[in-house]
Amino acid sequence: MYKITSEYIKPDALFEWSLKPHHGAVVTFAGTVRDHSDGRRTLRLEYEAYAEMAEAKMREVGEEIREKWGIEDVAMIHRVGTLEIGEISILISVATPHRKNAFEACSYAIDRVKQIVPVWKKEIRPDGEREWVERNT
Amino acid sequence: MRIIVKCFAGCKDAVGAASVAVDLPAGTTVGEAFAELVDSYPALASYDRSVMLAVNREYADRQSVLADGDELACIPPVSGGGADPP
Repeated sequence: MYKITSEYIKPDALFEWSLKPHHGAVVTFAGTVRDHSDGRRTLRLEYEAYAEMAEAKMREVGEEIREKWGIEDVAMIHRVGTLEIGEISILISVATPHRKNAFEACSYAIDRVKQIVPVWKKEIRPDGEREWVERNT
Repeated sequence: MRIIVKCFAGCKDAVGAASVAVDLPAGTTVGEAFAELVDSYPALASYDRSVMLAVNREYADRQSVLADGDELACIPPVSGGGADPP
């Protein structure tokens, strides 16, 4: 499953989806909204996506993982819209028979998402300043 | 020919719209189309070096030739995912 959503993402949203009887490990990465950036306070973030391309590119990352590790069960959800501090912006789940590959693949997944998936965030600061984050974070 | 240009994040702010239709001569390349956009929307000039361009939802190089009905997307540096330190 590769999805852009405007709905709240629960931490276990992908757990049952990715877990199958032959698996022995589920590694999940949750990216969350932090209350500061570069020493300045962040009040909330607004995420925007090129949704159709973003879903295709997340699927492409999943296919890269299948080729590199032979892992079939990868799922990603990325949220868009206004997110409050502590809410999940992205959830990635990788399920495998053994844990080592799952950790590696999950780390690879978030790095690749940040490189090729067209999603942007705008920082909203307490003084009302709003700024797109346009660097590779 | 007519193409649809989709703009996101700072590019959307620079253009003042999420989507614009642009008429271009046949044979126009992706790079030439972006240069046309900069002429029409000078605030886009600051993205000339950093923007990635996509045609029909796939990253494209600036030499690619556009076709009638193509969807050209202006993609500023992405910041998807969680909020890690730089």
